[in-house]
Amino acid sequence: MTSSSEGSTKDQTPEESTAEVRAADVALDTAGGTLEPSIVPVSSQSGDTGHQQGSLMRRIVMGNGFVSVLAVIVALFLGGLLIASTDAQVAKTAGYLFARPSDFLTALWSAMTDSYVALFQGSVFSPREGFKPILETMTVATPLICAGLGVALAFRAGLFNIGAQGQIIISATLAAYVGFTWHLPFGLHLLLVIIMGVLGGAAWGAIVGILKARTGAHEVIVTIMLNYVALFLLDFLLNTSAFRRPGDNSPISPRLDESATYPVLIPGSRLHLGFLVAIALTYGVWWMLNRSTIGFEFRAVGANPIAARTAGVKVPRATILVMALAGALAAFGGVAQVAGTEKVLTGGVAAQIGFDSITVALLGRSTPWGTFFAGLLFGAFRAGAVQMQIQTGTPIDIVLVVQSLIVLFIAAPPLIRSIFRLESKKKKKNKTPKAAPEAALANATGGAK
Amino acid sequence: MSATTTVPRSGSTALPAFRPSLKVPVSLGVLALIALVFFGFLGSDKTAEMKISDAGDAVAVPALMIPGQVGGIVLGILLLAMAAYSIYRWTQGEKSPKWLPIAFAVVFVFALLVWIVAGARQPSISLAGLVAGSVTLAVPLVFGSLSGVLCERVGVVNIAIEGQLLGGAFTAALVATMTGSPYIGLIAAAAAGAVVSMVLAVFSIKYLVNQIIVGVVLNVLVSGLTGFLYGTLMVPNKEQFNTPGRLDILPIPLLSDIPIIGPILFEQSIAGYLMYIAVAVVWFGLFKTRWGLRVRAVGEHPQAADTLGINVNATRFWNVTLGGAIAGIGGAVFTLVTIDSFTKDISGGRGFIALAALIFGRWNPIGAFLASLLFGFAYNLQSILGIIGTPVPSQFMAMLPYLVTIFAVAGLVGKSRPPAASGIPYVKG
Repeated sequence: MTSSSEGSTKDQTPEESTAEVRAADVALDTAGGTLEPSIVPVSSQSGDTGHQQGSLMRRIVMGNGFVSVLAVIVALFLGGLLIASTDAQVAKTAGYLFARPSDFLTALWSAMTDSYVALFQGSVFSPREGFKPILETMTVATPLICAGLGVALAFRAGLFNIGAQGQIIISATLAAYVGFTWHLPFGLHLLLVIIMGVLGGAAWGAIVGILKARTGAHEVIVTIMLNYVALFLLDFLLNTSAFRRPGDNSPISPRLDESATYPVLIPGSRLHLGFLVAIALTYGVWWMLNRSTIGFEFRAVGANPIAARTAGVKVPRATILVMALAGALAAFGGVAQVAGTEKVLTGGVAAQIGFDSITVALLGRSTPWGTFFAGLLFGAFRAGAVQMQIQTGTPIDIVLVVQSLIVLFIAAPPLIRSIFRLESKKKKKNKTPKAAPEAALANATGGAK
Repeated sequence: MSATTTVPRSGSTALPAFRPSLKVPVSLGVLALIALVFFGFLGSDKTAEMKISDAGDAVAVPALMIPGQVGGIVLGILLLAMAAYSIYRWTQGEKSPKWLPIAFAVVFVFALLVWIVAGARQPSISLAGLVAGSVTLAVPLVFGSLSGVLCERVGVVNIAIEGQLLGGAFTAALVATMTGSPYIGLIAAAAAGAVVSMVLAVFSIKYLVNQIIVGVVLNVLVSGLTGFLYGTLMVPNKEQFNTPGRLDILPIPLLSDIPIIGPILFEQSIAGYLMYIAVAVVWFGLFKTRWGLRVRAVGEHPQAADTLGINVNATRFWNVTLGGAIAGIGGAVFTLVTIDSFTKDISGGRGFIALAALIFGRWNPIGAFLASLLFGFAYNLQSILGIIGTPVPSQFMAMLPYLVTIFAVAGLVGKSRPPAASGIPYVKG
């Protein structure tokens, strides 16, 4: 939790600032195209920045994409072991493990695979329903993608947006209010629902940006606190007559007007227009980050605020703008929840989406399309987990375990490489002292300031 | 808690005409006016009764009877006077004294209490009960925030307090049930907290992964793990895995006989006494011993510490581990003291309040302790408000700790300054 950029400049020695500038150069170089964002991945580059003499095969194997796949596999395997460890059949057969090991292995295998088969059937394809589950996956993924984009955008600008949860809640509240109190014609109504929701989320995010830019308040703290403020605010509002369903005492809002909701894309499923919006947003964020001046400024601030300021970027303005945009992106997730998936406002409207979106952005390495596919994967976990719990009784919480393990493994590629012995040469031991400081510096500067 | 103490000296001497920040005087002034108008002029004309001793106590102290409106006005004027003093000091080019914001906060909270109680359907409240409940609720917060202090002072951001509390709570319930002894459960909780912390330490120190990311992910991981095991182990076999029993209440012979405060402070379980000891030991250790000096050096300027021969990363590793153990004990309080079983996500975001308390307490063990008490008070007030029926929705009371923290990091406390190297991995070279 370093102090704000202004704060840190004052007490810096010249050596430190030059070192930071150097680190920024490194980060900016890599961020020139669609290469690496500056935040998580920089630490993951520690091993292989600088020396590319390896063969093509080795580069594929050492590459980040491959590590991501391995991370998912290892996490799923460990999750499977966890499921098996509490399985009654496995425990029984473990009792006579040495007498008949095949029983134990069969039980172990079936305990691990049964749950995942159910997960797959609930999220992609089941013999009974065909490909219908994949539509549910896309529905569940929609808010995850939107909010994940918000988190990723902030990451790229060196800001930790832990506040997607609050931004979703505020936007869902405003959007739902417009959706069930105003009665407007088709098209216009939905448009206003989206606008109000997005404005709400943007404002909630901008509070953080303004506080950070003006007072140096750390955005991690402010966003965490604002999440709870938003949660209690929603709880309060749902107990007022303006939001409560008439004639009902439980904290649930009236249903949104038909004209206020996203149209369903494929009849018979819940998949709605919000998914296409999410795709458009993904493209938009990619365009902004990689093709526009403002996106370049954001990345420059993320790589090194001091260097960015020297180059003429207005850092406080960029901070406020990034947080507002991040809030707006998360807000699309909130709108997708109330105007697409749920169609009512409840206290649990944001579920765990805001927190999941952080892992989504991390798995997507803070790139827009990476976030998109990570959102789809975690959406599949979420959608499939419901089916898994019904069929095999495995608690949904296993999804949380797998998700967090994936992110942990991805965040620390040396770990996953050492598990699979991907380090072909011993030279890494000698390299570390030289390569690591760069990574550390870039990690520090590209990380939350 | 004044803002002005945090202004870096080097920056201020460079300015030709230095004036302390206006933040404190202005914030105090605004708050005092709010108190005068809302608690005073717009306050209820009913009389608030504040019972100090309970009916069964040996020493009966008469209840405080404070008329709502008059009391609000008097307290509001008192607050205005403090704000005026702060502004006067500012015109003289001096900072507000340190005690002023603390005294202001106490009077403000009291005025708030009078206003709330006087406006309630049933304008009567037991102060002793309120304070006792606050202390009980504050215990896990204190442990959690101490964990944060230890980690951040050594340069590792600990967002995983929530996970450490939850891990401690789960392990305490599980081990206490399986061994039949809550005390072994308490030790196991400390171990579990330490394990969670070690993951944080290994990933952030060895693999240089961003500490905030590891913290966030660890919270999810622990929540998932405990939720999963709760669902597969504890729900089907409650007798076997989830009936830990409680830690005994051990009154301290003489001290617990002190009227009013005795039962509040000295009739606790061992975890409660451990809390006092932990606060004192961490404070003494950090600021009065060689170990503490080293810890703080590592957190402020690791290069310098390294040059002097301190093993930066080892210091960090063991401090973070120790912090996790302390938070683990805090988690055990949920399942061994407050209630006697584990439920899913029992810590319920308390780890984040502990984080808030650590910041509000300005990275100081005593400050974190006081802030935890304050937040425990807010938590307790929230539940009592529901009972006596007040005009203030309980949700706003629930928001208070979070709002106060935002104010703390943004305004009232000025630039609350964490240890300089907090969050930055250290690589030798």
